Amino acid sequence: MDIDKRKFLKVIGITSALWVGSRFTGGLSSVFGIGDTLDKKALADAGFEISKTLPDPKALIGKQWAVAIDLRQFKTPDDYKKCINVCDKIHNIPDIHTKQDVKWIWEEPYDNAFPEQHNNYMEGQLKDKSVILMCNQCEFPPCVRVCPTGATFKRHDGIVMMDYHRCIGCRYCMAGCPYGSRSFNFRDPRPFIKKIDPDYPTRTKGVVEKCDFCAERLDKGLMPACVEASKGAMVFGDIKDPNSDVRRILSNNFSIRRKPELGTQPNVFYII
Amino acid sequence: MIEKAFYGSKKYWIWILFLLAFLGLCFHFYLMQLNQGLTITGMSRNVSWGLYIAQFTYLVGVAASAVMLVIPYYLHHYKAFSRMIILGEFMAIAAVTMCMLFIFVDLGQPMRVMNVILHPQLHSVMFWDMTVLSGYLVLNLLIGWTTLESERKNVAPPSWVKPLIYLSVVWAISIHTVTAFLYAGLPGRPYWLSAIMAARFLAGAFCAGPAILLLLVFLVQKFVKYRVGEESIQTLSKIVTYAMSANVFFLLLEIFTAFYSRIPEDMNAFRYLFVGLDGHTTLVPYMWVSAGLAIVSLAILIPPQLRNNTKLLTVALIALVISTWIDKGFSLIAAGFVPNPFDRVTEYLPTFPEIMIVLGVYTIGILILTILWKVAISVKEKTTA
Repeated sequence: MDIDKRKFLKVIGITSALWVGSRFTGGLSSVFGIGDTLDKKALADAGFEISKTLPDPKALIGKQWAVAIDLRQFKTPDDYKKCINVCDKIHNIPDIHTKQDVKWIWEEPYDNAFPEQHNNYMEGQLKDKSVILMCNQCEFPPCVRVCPTGATFKRHDGIVMMDYHRCIGCRYCMAGCPYGSRSFNFRDPRPFIKKIDPDYPTRTKGVVEKCDFCAERLDKGLMPACVEASKGAMVFGDIKDPNSDVRRILSNNFSIRRKPELGTQPNVFYII
Repeated sequence: MIEKAFYGSKKYWIWILFLLAFLGLCFHFYLMQLNQGLTITGMSRNVSWGLYIAQFTYLVGVAASAVMLVIPYYLHHYKAFSRMIILGEFMAIAAVTMCMLFIFVDLGQPMRVMNVILHPQLHSVMFWDMTVLSGYLVLNLLIGWTTLESERKNVAPPSWVKPLIYLSVVWAISIHTVTAFLYAGLPGRPYWLSAIMAARFLAGAFCAGPAILLLLVFLVQKFVKYRVGEESIQTLSKIVTYAMSANVFFLLLEIFTAFYSRIPEDMNAFRYLFVGLDGHTTLVPYMWVSAGLAIVSLAILIPPQLRNNTKLLTVALIALVISTWIDKGFSLIAAGFVPNPFDRVTEYLPTFPEIMIVLGVYTIGILILTILWKVAISVKEKTTA
């Protein structure tokens, strides 16, 4: 084929313009919440075979996962520990005891978990109570909004996920998260993992991580590990489904959320 | 034109070699960070940005401040700046380069930096900050280099430069506005969540940037015959005076809103900075030094008879640079994370390796500035002789 310089440049120019264009529309569609279904349809129409990987038939499917934590059922320190320990274990969370620690699920005193609810004359039992904290899997997550690479993104089931291979470690998401739910691997975490669980990836230094609602377990039809370990003190389900367990418990009990005034619509509810 | 950078006095070469040697030393600490991770810094889970991002913020201001010369010179044809303008434009180039390097050294996975371009996220302010910063770098390189080259050849600058110059005025404002938006748009950080942030940034930039430029000019004039002219110095110091007054005024506005409303989350960061919070007082002495120096600088800058005395002016400018640096180049970032979402205070102080990496980036900036100013002054000395 005879291609002169002019033609060559033209082709290169058009291809790169198309590529950049597609990238930008991708970025725009994530702003306006349009999914990638169109692309898939276009591909299929053009005779391309689309992915044959099918989800596990047992996989739990929801529009927006949420959890209701019934603090009344957390009585002994062990009630907290069992939920936290199982997560640390199966997600290979490094045990670092410095200001550069990594945590996905942990406990804080009520006053620290809900600083804006501060009340000098609060009922004693609640005041001294510990609260289980984790990523709120916000409906409108600021961390996703600020991430410059799309390394943190919202799945169709509402889970705010991390791509550890795309994250550049700029930590903008940590500044953006109003809940302090994110941790950065300031160093290689592997030497600080007591026993590596081969079923879940360990992370590398220089990336951010956080609770992902056990996406890997949901995909196999299992409840999040903390929910399972809580023996009913945590209720998990699809908040958009009026018949889900989580909706039922929320409609029958008074619940609060962390910093609801910020408009992020957190999906971790506390029954106090 | 670049050949001018390769012919210099013995002093020039000793200076270049010194910078390179010091850069080598600093680079050693960057390798250490590359190897061990950001754990060698003083940053933490709660204070997840530190000195690097603060330097980035400060230097975006320095870069943007070139517009304080561009507007009078190109928009108002104020000819007294003709011997100064190229120095300002070239300083902006050095400053923007340092900004980019400070972002780079702050990354946990620097080899993945191109992901910002490969997967652009239009909803991320950081994407836009990268866009405006690289655009500003290109604009200043094009404008500065072309106008200087034309001057050397004794011809009028090509006509396409004019629109670029006008664009650069808006662009300069945009780089610092977008940088302010990085912070001012975050829901959980009350200290940063302020509509006046961008205005405060610009005011701080328009005093600190020209102040640094003037100090550097005073320094360089000790070594070269080139003079920028007394009038341009006086005018620029007037600009510095107005901008610094606005800067202090904006800070007082923030303090009023926080303390008259008595909303704890709005007061907390200021309390932490000026009196300490929950017994944490690490930054308190720095902040009072900053406040004191701000007053000293204004006290000298405002009366014309003091401002026009070069020795006093130098003192005022040094005070101003230190004062604004503590405010914007250090405490603004650390205090934004205080108290954390759990109403706790985590203190931050940079570590020695972190400071060395910062000095390394500054050394690269000074190297670029030395080379560019060498070219500019060599050309200018010939054409204006």
